[in-house]
Parts: sequence; structure tokens; C-alpha cells
Amino acid sequence: MYGTNAFGVPILSIITLLPSFGALVLALCPAGAHRLIRGIAVVASGVDLLLAVWVTLAFDRGASGFQFIERQVWAKSLNLQYYLGLDGISVLLFLLASLLTFAVVLYSLGPVQSRVKEFFAAVLVLETGMLGTFAALDLSLFYVFFELTLIPTALLIGVWGYGPRKRYSAAKFFIYTLAGSLVMLAAIITVYALTFSSPSGPTLNYVDLLRLAPSWSSGFQIWMFWGFFFVFAIKTPIVPFHTWLPDAYVDAPVAGVVLLSGVLAKMGAYGFIRWLVPLSPDASRDLAFIPVVLSIIGVVYAAYLALVQTDLKRLIAYSSVAGMGFAVLGIFVFNTQGIQGAIIQMVSHGFLSSALFIGCGIIYERFHTLEIRRLGGLGTLMGVFAAVFVIASLGNLGLPGLSAFVAEVLVTIGVFQGTPWLAVPVYFYIILSAAYMLWAVMRVFYLGRPSVESRPTALSVYQEAVPLIGLTLLSLWLGVWATPFLDTTARSVAGLLSYLGVGGAGFQP
Amino acid sequence: MRDYIWLIPAVPLLAAAVNFVAGRRLPDRFTGWFAVACVAASWVVSLIVSAQVLEGQRLDYNLYTWVPSGSFQATIGFYVDPLAAVMLFVVTTISLLVHVYSIGYMHRDPGFYRFFSYLPLFTFSMLLLVLANNYLELYLSWELVGLCSYLLIGFWYEKRSASQAALKAFIVNRVGDFGFGLGVVFVFVAFGTLAYAPVFASVHTVAPGALTIIALLLLAGAMGKSAQWPLHTWLPDAMEGPTPVSALIHAATMVTAGVYLVARSHPIFQAAPGALGWVTVIGLVTALVGATIALVHPDIKHVIAYSTISQLGYMFFACGIGAYALAIFHLFTHAFFKALLFLSAGSVMHSLDNETDMHRMGGLRRHMPVTFATMVSGALALAGLPVFAGFWSKDGILGFAFEQGNYWVYALGTIAAFFTAFYITRLISLTFLGEPRYDTDRLHPHESPKVMTIPLAILGVCSLVAGFAGFPPGQGFLDKMLDPVLDTPAVEHGFTPTTIGLMAFATLVAVSGIGLALAMYAWRVPALDPQLWTRRLGALYRLLSNKYYYDDLYRALFVRPAITIGRALWRLDVEGVDGSVGEVAEGVSEAGRALRRLQTGFVGNYALAIGIGVIALVAYLFWPR
Repeated sequence: MYGTNAFGVPILSIITLLPSFGALVLALCPAGAHRLIRGIAVVASGVDLLLAVWVTLAFDRGASGFQFIERQVWAKSLNLQYYLGLDGISVLLFLLASLLTFAVVLYSLGPVQSRVKEFFAAVLVLETGMLGTFAALDLSLFYVFFELTLIPTALLIGVWGYGPRKRYSAAKFFIYTLAGSLVMLAAIITVYALTFSSPSGPTLNYVDLLRLAPSWSSGFQIWMFWGFFFVFAIKTPIVPFHTWLPDAYVDAPVAGVVLLSGVLAKMGAYGFIRWLVPLSPDASRDLAFIPVVLSIIGVVYAAYLALVQTDLKRLIAYSSVAGMGFAVLGIFVFNTQGIQGAIIQMVSHGFLSSALFIGCGIIYERFHTLEIRRLGGLGTLMGVFAAVFVIASLGNLGLPGLSAFVAEVLVTIGVFQGTPWLAVPVYFYIILSAAYMLWAVMRVFYLGRPSVESRPTALSVYQEAVPLIGLTLLSLWLGVWATPFLDTTARSVAGLLSYLGVGGAGFQP
Repeated sequence: MRDYIWLIPAVPLLAAAVNFVAGRRLPDRFTGWFAVACVAASWVVSLIVSAQVLEGQRLDYNLYTWVPSGSFQATIGFYVDPLAAVMLFVVTTISLLVHVYSIGYMHRDPGFYRFFSYLPLFTFSMLLLVLANNYLELYLSWELVGLCSYLLIGFWYEKRSASQAALKAFIVNRVGDFGFGLGVVFVFVAFGTLAYAPVFASVHTVAPGALTIIALLLLAGAMGKSAQWPLHTWLPDAMEGPTPVSALIHAATMVTAGVYLVARSHPIFQAAPGALGWVTVIGLVTALVGATIALVHPDIKHVIAYSTISQLGYMFFACGIGAYALAIFHLFTHAFFKALLFLSAGSVMHSLDNETDMHRMGGLRRHMPVTFATMVSGALALAGLPVFAGFWSKDGILGFAFEQGNYWVYALGTIAAFFTAFYITRLISLTFLGEPRYDTDRLHPHESPKVMTIPLAILGVCSLVAGFAGFPPGQGFLDKMLDPVLDTPAVEHGFTPTTIGLMAFATLVAVSGIGLALAMYAWRVPALDPQLWTRRLGALYRLLSNKYYYDDLYRALFVRPAITIGRALWRLDVEGVDGSVGEVAEGVSEAGRALRRLQTGFVGNYALAIGIGVIALVAYLFWPR
């Protein structure tokens, strides 16, 4: 009932806690032993990635229900459980979290020179939080892991960030997302209090809650909807809860911004699929128009903002808002193509926005600015880098053959099946995305010369080229042959839709 | 066929990949000829496949599943029928010749290896486009050819005009693809599949209104790619790319993809009420807009580009009146003679240090006899003199319109044909005839190397004979091949008195256009002095030389407003949305400051508060209710 574990070993706990163990070992290292510290960070995140890949390969795509589960009741009278497991919805995101952590650890080997030990410890603790969020199947545990990501991220922005406003940005990020979390905490406590009166006793276990939720009154479900809405809307983010994002993204170091956009944003969208929708099955269908309308507005709005940005990183930050709008949109149209498209969008966005933000880091390291006006001609100065960055940009603007297209077309089909005319503003995005992305590419890579003192050194192979090219190639793989990705998610998405009782009918306003 | 069909697109892709990844370190001699060899291999396989199609073989085969999601199953597959075979032949043949020519043209260019990676990538994408067996694969290759077009227009990316032209081409095409993409999605929702065969088999199960919307959305994509009015503005700018690119992509193959799309989707267009009317109108307007601008433009490549726009208009309205086979026939002949015209123009530019202004040319006939000969044979084909290719295809379309009773289409098309004969003769006269107007001390025009002139000669011969693929009218080789798949409505075939009369009139139109242009630009008849007429028709001339002001119009209507909206929304975001977040934060700290006043630190105050609290609590509990 709660799922299976074919391995018989607590593999998810090992993967989730290994990075924190690595952080603990780092804490014992002398602060000046940079080689040792970097070595431990690479090994911890690298082994973790290998284990996550192994789990993903071992994941049985044909099976329904959760796999690799571990379930321990850690407070018997309260029935709070340590319950981990993966299904088709979470497994790719779990892998993505470990992949991107490894990528930023590699990238950060060079640029991070101050407080090296603390930096890698923060990244590794953050990895535990991210992995736990995607694996946790008990609301109490989910909350713990979800909040565990907050402090290391805020530290990454505030301590290792760029710019004079980094403390402000870190505080803004911290308070804004914490405010949402507290609303969620209240909602979790309310759910918990309600389950006391159920015959099976109190529970926050996902599987148990799914048996109870359909019988909840519509009034209670509406409370649940709003209780979980804000935290995920802020984290993803959905317009108009996005204004912490440009500040946080721009001021964060590469590791921070890659994990923020690549993983933490997905925790929001994942929260919608995993918790909000199943815990308010009727209300989320009745109220779906709210996230649908907000995300459509958000997609177009963020694209217009991206068009006029003067800072390359801020441009990609707004483009990232638009991209996540597609993910939320796909979730709330409640059909196979929409939800699968949403998951693919999360994965694709993880590849592409991370590649682009790493690209921003590479530019910043050499030119000490990301102001579009002051850059130029990088195509000639850094040919290989320019080629890869342009490919990632093309992916970001939805060129077929790269990953974002698959997601965009699936989400558009999902929307079209429910309300055909709504697909028009959604798809209008492809014109705007081409305009802002290629216009920026033209100004940064094609025309002119940088107006700043620069040393356009070649890419360093392991630290810069491997993460950047690797992520771009993954995007190419997903774009050319999406079948393995979609097959992984298919069973769980079908299960979720049949739980919601919508089969494939979808959202009707 | 199934076992090796994938080689046709795959081999050029291999060349693109190898040259892209390793080309920088390989000698130019290798990258260039490697690309040629790969395209040649593709050409050979295409010929084999075409031969099998002639024997009656067909193929509809899925290679693998690309995007499976519930009932949505997009595949990568191949669909081979006579239409695909004709396109395969055109694409691989022209592509091969242009690859060979480019080895000479791009010689010593620092981006040589990049060029020979993009050009095979284009060939791959274009072959995938004509071989696709479903609409999503078509959309994939559709955008990929657009990408190659973007990369090659902006090939000399450090040049501002080139980069801007590339950006413009991509965005204008995206406007068309916005419609096309929605059309593809609508096809799936309406038919439950995207594969050609089941879609075409079940057009009659879908509501006609829905079919019309689908057809018009697909048409939007076709208009973008084929530079049809009002999305034609990107194609003239695309001439910033190297001339072989203009010949291959922006004349012979990619821009005809829209015509292919309409012809391929003709069951939908046929069943969609009103859709073909739009195709006809757009085609006619485009034919006239393109031809009239070409009358006055001074730039040799731009004239040929506007000519391409105009000729694509012919193909569109041919589709619109149901003459699909003739549209493809014109596509076929046009591919050869227009590629020839572009490559000849490239040969001219090559010898004049990249000069493109025809007012600084003249008298090149003596220095470049081969190029002159090939250019003239291309021009004759375009102008539609008897026995040359355009005579059979272009005037075939007009004849079809006449015999069908579409007199307006016939009349407007004939006017455009007169302009066509005029502008192409003007081009020949200004370039090759008369006296040199370039700096004869600095420039010494010379014939291009063999690697360039041999492809020119081959194309020249093709232009002369291509017309016979559709000879005799309505009963030619191509008609017999295409009519079964394109169900062209029956009109009178062969040499009937009407046909002969129409041919005679078409010849008269072409000859008078040629004669007028020669009188004005070659013989310099005083009464027909171009400058005199420019003054006399001042307003009209300004309208044409400013290309009907479309670029200015679009800048004012779309480009600037987009930036303005973006800036306004940005201000809204920073001051409004984020501002209100700040207000909330401000409110919270304000409340905190207010509450802080309660914390005075005096024990007496706290005792008083406790006392008041106790009294209130007791009162609440014991209040009689």
C-alpha cells in the first residue's frame, strides 16, 4: 500500500543524507585546506549523483505506486512518520537536484575563493534539503526538508553573492518565502488536527491523506487550497509573487542561482502536484482558473520584462519566471499532456536555465559585468563558449530539437484541450521568447566589442566546459528523444489523474 | 526503401556534426569536400528512392517515437510519395551544386568550416521537412530550416546589418510559426493524431469551420516561411547572407516550404470552406508587391529576392485555384533558374569585390562570358519566353486560371508577368550590357573559377530543360507523377486552340516587357530615359523604392510598442508589484514599532495590564448570558 523497496536498503536515506554527512566532514577540516575541502565536496556530490542515477535507472517505469520506500514511525502516539519514496513525478526531479548540485560544485571550484569550507558545506546541506523535499511522503518530513533549504540558500546569496545589495536580496528572499511557509505550516497543522477525528487516527502520511481528502468538505478543501497555494506560488514563483526573484537571482553566486532556478523553483511546482492538488482535489479543480490565469499572464508578462532588461542575468531570471509559468499552467489544466508537459518543463528548465546561468557566471568571471550594453563580440572572443551558450539560448526560446519545445508543445496541447482560445496567449510566448533571447544574443555575442577590461581566457575543461556542455547535451537528448523521460512519468501521472477523477477531460472554465 | 531512407537526411547531418565539432582543427579542403561528399551520397540515395517511387512504391514508416504522452504520440518517420520524391530531387540536386559552388565562393573565408557545418545542417533539416510523415516532425524541421536560415543570414555576424537581418528573419518566421504551431496543436485536438495519412483520410469527419481555422493557421506558417505578403519583409534583408545561401535557402528550397506545406495539406485546404480563397488573394498580392518593388530596386540581390517573393506568390495562388501540380511544377523550375540567377549574381559580386549596386556595374559581358550566358538563360526562364522553363510553369498557372474562368487571377498574374520580364531584363542590362560604371582602375572583373562556373553551367542547362518535365502542358512527366496525389481538377490538356492562344499572348507579354526594359536601360531611348520617368512618376517611385513602407510600418506598429509595453510593465513590476510587497513589509515593521511602545520596561505598567486583563477575563466568564 505504501509502496515497495526492491533494494531492501534505505537507499533514499543514504542519497539524501550523504551530502550532509559530507558537510559534517567538511566542518572537521582545517579551513585553509582548500584542496581537501574541494575534493570532499566533489566526491560527496559526485557519489550522490551516481547513486541517484542508479536509482533512476532501477526505477520500474511500469509499476504504479512509490518505489524505494522507507517508512518509520518516529513518534508513535503522534503517528508522525519518516516516510521516503519516489514515483514517476518525483524521480526525475530527485535526479535533477543531485545533477545540478554536482554541476555547481564543479563550477564553484574556481570562482569561490572566500570561506571555501562554509560555501561547500552550505551547498551540501542544501542538497540534502532539496533531495528530501522530493522524496518525503509525510507532510511533517516534507516541511522539515522544505525549510532546510531556506537557510543555506539565503547564506549563498548573502555571503557569496555579488553586488552591494546582496544582503537585502538575501533577506527579501528569506522573509518572503518564509512567510509563505508559515501559512503552509498552519495548513499542515489544520490537516493534522482534522485527521485526529478520522477512524484511522492522526496522520500526515501522503498515502493515508489521499484516502481521506476526497471526503473533505468543499469549504475545507478551499482552505487547504489557499493554505498550500502561497508557499508554492512564491517558491515557483507565479506572478505576482515573483518580485523576490530578480533580486535574489541577480545577486546570487552561480551556485545559488542555478540551484534556485534549477531546483528550488521546481520544489514549488512539485508542491502543487504532490500536495496542493491531491489534498484539495475538488477545490483545486474549481479554483484552477486562478493559477491558470495567473500563469498565462505571468508567461507573457515576464517575457515582456525580459525583452527590455539591460542585464543579461536579470533577463534570464525573467525568462525563468516565464518558463516556470508553463509548468504551473500545465499542472492546472488537469490532463495527461498538461501534467506531463509540466514535469518535462521542470526538467528542461533545470537543464537550460542552469546552463544559461552558468554561462552568465563564465562571462562575469572574465568581464566583471553582465550589463548587455558593455558586452559584445563574445562570439569572436570566445568561440566555443559562444556556440554552446547560443545553443542553450535556442533551447530556451523553444527551438524544436531541444528540450523546452517538448514541454511547451505538450502544455499548449493541454491548454488547448480544455479552452482552445487560451492557447493563443500561451503560444504567443514563442514570438516574445525568440525576440528577447536572440536580441540579447546579438548584442552580447555578435556585434561590437566589450567596453570593459577583459581577459577572455578559454573555458577551463572540468570546471566550466563539463557542466555547461553537459547540461546542453542533456537538453538536446530530451529534445530529440523525449520518450524515456515521458515514459518514466506516465504511470504516476495517469494515477494522479484517475485519483482526481478527470481521466483526460481536463480543465473547463 | 525503409532500410535506407534514413540515410538521406542522416548523411548531411553527419557532415554538419563533424564540421561543427572538429572543423576548426581540420583543413578547409577537407571540411568543404567532406560536406560535398555527404550531400552527394544523399543525392544518390534520393535518386534511387525517386526511381522506386516512379515504379509505384510508397512509404509511411515511423523510425522512433519522439514525444509520447497519453493519446499524443509524435514520431519521427518518413513519408515518401511522388510529391516528396520531387522535393527530394530538387533539394538534393540544388544543394549539391550549391555546396560545390560554395567551395569556390567561400574560399579563404575565416568561417569556412562554420559555413560547411551550417549548410549541410540546412540540407538535413530541409530533407527531414520533405520526408516528415506527421505535422510535429514537419514543425520540427520547419523551425530547424529557420534556424539554419538565421545562422547563415547572420553568417558574418559582426556586421550589424547581417545580424539584424538574421534576427528579423527569425522573428518574422516565428510570427508565422505562432500560427503554424497552434494549427498543429489544433490538428491533434481535432483529429486525435498528427500523422498525415490518418489526418487526410478523415478530413470529412471534422467540422468545416474547424478545418478552416486549421487551414488558416497552417497558412500563417506557410506565409512566414515563404515570405508571403504581409510577412514578406524578412526575405530581402536575408540577402545579407553569403550568396550561395541566398540561392539555396532563400530562393530554391526553404522558402518554397510554404508551398509544399499547402500542397501537402491540400486535403485539409480543399475541405475547408474559404481557405483557398485566402491562399489565392495572398498569393496574388504577393506576386504584385514583389514584382513592383523589383522594378526599381538598385541592388542586384534584392531584385532577385523580390523576384523570388513574387514567384512564390505565383505558386501560392496556383495552390489557391487548385492547381497544386502546377504550383509544384513551378517550384521545380523556379528552384533551378532562381538558384542560377543568384549564383550568377554571386559570381558577378565575386569579381567586383562584393559590389551589389547595379548602378556601379555594367559592361561585364566581355569579362564574364560564362556568367553572362548563365544569367541570361536564367532570365529567359524567369521571363517566360517560349521553350524556356518559366514559360511552361508560370504561364501554365496563368493558363490554368484562364481556362478555369478565374479571369481576375489571370489578369493580375499576367500584369505581374509583364513586370517580371521587365525587371529581369533591367537587371541584365544594367549589369552586363552598356559601359562599365565601376572604378575600372581599381576593379578588374574576371570570370570565376571552375568550381563556381561548372555548377552554373549545370544549372543553366537544367533551367533550359526543366520546363520539359511539364511538357506538353497538363500531360507532362510531372503532371502524370503528381496528379494522382494532388487531385488537381481536370482542365483541358495538351495543345488546344485556347492553350495556343494563351501561349501566344503570354509570349507577347514577355517580349514587350523585355523590349521595354531593353529600350530603357540598354538602348537608352531618350523618350524612355529612366531618370525622366522616375521624376514624372515621383510619388509612385518613392512608394516602390521605399518598399511600400512596410518596414517602417512594422517598426511603428510592432517593434516600438513591444519595447514600450516592456518598459511600462517593468516600471509596474518594480514600483507596483514589488512596491506593494515593500508596503506590506513596511506595514509589518510599522506595526512592530507601534507594539514596541507597549514594552516600556516599567513593572508598574505591566502589573496594570495584568490587572486589567484579569478583570476583563473574570467579567467575560461570569457575565450573565
